[in-house]
Amino acid sequence: MRRMLSAVAKPFSETTGLARWMLVAGVLITAVFLIAAIFAPWLAPYGFAQSSAHGVEFPKVGHPSSAHPFGTDRLFFDVLSRVIWGARTALEVVILSILFCVVLGVPLGLLSGFYGGPLDRVLVLIMDALYAFPPLLLAIVVSFLLTDVYGGSVIAVSISLTVVYIPQYFRVVRNTTLSAKEATYIEAARAIGARDIRIMRKYLFGNVVHSVPVLGTLNAADAILTLAGLGFLGLGIQSTAAAEWGHDVSRALADAGSGVWWTGLYPGLAIVLLVTGLTLVGEGLNETLNPTLRRRRLLAVVMPPRDRTPVQEVQR
Amino acid sequence: MSTKPDTSSDTSSLVQVRDLSVHFALRGGSLARLFGRDTGTIKAVDGVNLELRPGEVVGLVGESGSGKSTLGRALLGLVPATQGSIHLRDQNVAELSRRRLREIRQVVQMVFQDPNAALNPSMQVEEAVGDALRVHGVRSTTERRTRVVEALERVGLSPVEHFLNKYPRDLSGGQKQRVVLARAIVLDPELLVADEPVSMLDMSVRAKILQLMLDLKNELGLTYVYITHDLATAKYFCDRIAIMYLGRVVEIGPAEEIFDHPRHPYTKALLAAIPEPDPDKMVPRDLPRGEIPDAAAPPLGCAFHPRCPEAVSGCGWESRDLRALVEQHWMRAGTAYDEEQDVIGDLDHLDTPATTATLGRGGSDRVRAVLDRIRAEDPHEPLWSGVTSIQPDGSGVTVRFQEADSPALRQAGGVDVACVLYPDSSSSPA
Repeated sequence: MRRMLSAVAKPFSETTGLARWMLVAGVLITAVFLIAAIFAPWLAPYGFAQSSAHGVEFPKVGHPSSAHPFGTDRLFFDVLSRVIWGARTALEVVILSILFCVVLGVPLGLLSGFYGGPLDRVLVLIMDALYAFPPLLLAIVVSFLLTDVYGGSVIAVSISLTVVYIPQYFRVVRNTTLSAKEATYIEAARAIGARDIRIMRKYLFGNVVHSVPVLGTLNAADAILTLAGLGFLGLGIQSTAAAEWGHDVSRALADAGSGVWWTGLYPGLAIVLLVTGLTLVGEGLNETLNPTLRRRRLLAVVMPPRDRTPVQEVQR
Repeated sequence: MSTKPDTSSDTSSLVQVRDLSVHFALRGGSLARLFGRDTGTIKAVDGVNLELRPGEVVGLVGESGSGKSTLGRALLGLVPATQGSIHLRDQNVAELSRRRLREIRQVVQMVFQDPNAALNPSMQVEEAVGDALRVHGVRSTTERRTRVVEALERVGLSPVEHFLNKYPRDLSGGQKQRVVLARAIVLDPELLVADEPVSMLDMSVRAKILQLMLDLKNELGLTYVYITHDLATAKYFCDRIAIMYLGRVVEIGPAEEIFDHPRHPYTKALLAAIPEPDPDKMVPRDLPRGEIPDAAAPPLGCAFHPRCPEAVSGCGWESRDLRALVEQHWMRAGTAYDEEQDVIGDLDHLDTPATTATLGRGGSDRVRAVLDRIRAEDPHEPLWSGVTSIQPDGSGVTVRFQEADSPALRQAGGVDVACVLYPDSSSSPA
């Protein structure tokens, strides 16, 4: 337990200066959104697609008031509630897409780097082709293709984001595998008679996944933007299926001309804040975990007390 | 330190290597690969015969690139054999399937040169050593732990509890090498291939690790193949020594005999290269000239002849040697260079190995005169004894050399030597 705690606290305790503040600020901002996402049903005053409460209809495009602190929009929805529920959608989509990316991209990268040859060429070709597309365009195409299957659901958007980001995970893992598999300890693993699968799982995996968490947090920020972009274009999640900030901003576009600022401002602000928070976490982690950027804080050495019983005696 | 094989045990061979060759294809440029052109091969191991008796320590000694490590890896099946056979008892390692190969790793294990690289940085000691057992089907955690603890104790890592949960980065170089040794012996192997096991260690630790390896050998009845470039440790450690040069064994025999009466010029050179701590005893060092040649295009005849201080006419002289000689001459020639260079012309075509060399463009007489001048500079240069004829050819001359094969291993007074100075049979002791 103590070990786990200290492992979690390691990026904080070991960084210094700007990296530390970036990390702390990023974690704080992200934590606010995480809490909003997890406790949305309790935090949000109303449901995300609720247009009346206790038999009273909400006003259409109502000014911010005590009943609706962020006002209401054209569809009679409460803006504050939609912003809070939107955090849940955003995190669902991002976590799902990162999960897909890791579950697919990391093993593919390992296989590709380890075996090389035709398999490697084919996979690299596919991934490079995916990477060559502009991300938003690719996301649009994939969500278009998926409309019949999952149409406008969280899963569909997650899959289209996965397609956009998987080449990065693949390439990072493949390239680290390429260099790691030449290490002597891999030959040593062969020498003790380990199978390829075991070599990849126990000897390569642990040494090539280091950069995946950083990539995950950095991509998360990007994924939020792509998700909002999709929603803005009307290809994301429908308003009644879930609250999605991009879609809300797109609907608020018409309001902007008529002096209604609250329908666009709050979802937009939410996007900006969450993206900033995630980017800060990613950059902060990068500076902690990446040895070429890392500047470690000098830590005081704590010596064990002198009268501690030697190890042998404890064993007896 | 005598480590004579235990004669009471059975003396049939443990490993029998026959005519083993390991060739690696060179990758060549992308164009060559695209058109499937042959880009040449490196003969890392080229027709080696070796026999290992149980309980014996055999040293493979040679410079970098002599193929000693490749031979060691071939014994485990880590590199595929191109030709020949490696019989481990009655199984031919060179032909086993991958699955069977994994099984023989219980019998043959390897110790690597760099202990810092040979351990997975993300595995604790217990897991690293225990994984060898896990791989070979020891599923019970308690049994693995007992055997790991036993192995770690054997290699002198005590108290064991202190080391079980350490990562490699927490250990010193010597401790890491002990862990590598523990991983190798935990499967209870019979043959251990040790690839320069001490060359990356501090001087103070080397002797301890070597002593540990000897103790392990006596306790567990191991057989060692000790790969090294350091003849000094080989003397201390080995019963028999095989000297390798460019993929071939050039001399093999009992360690004392090799040290007391080195026969092959290369062995003599290696022995002369051992530093002598006593300045009064400084001996003239007859070190081989130049570097180890390109293994992709080894010299014709005896591969050592361009560097050999004792070379004779039948060593396999060829065009590249002539080029080297002419260029050496030019280095000393000073102002005569411009004129001679004009007569001789381009030498690049001599890089294709051949026993005839056509050179010169300024008229055969003038070319001949330049060659004579070079010869006059050092009339004892053995290359000239290998020349059979120099004939005019157009505006230059054609130099023909005596054809020679790479000498085979022949018996000479207790050892086997591959050198033209020791011709057939055991009759000529030289």
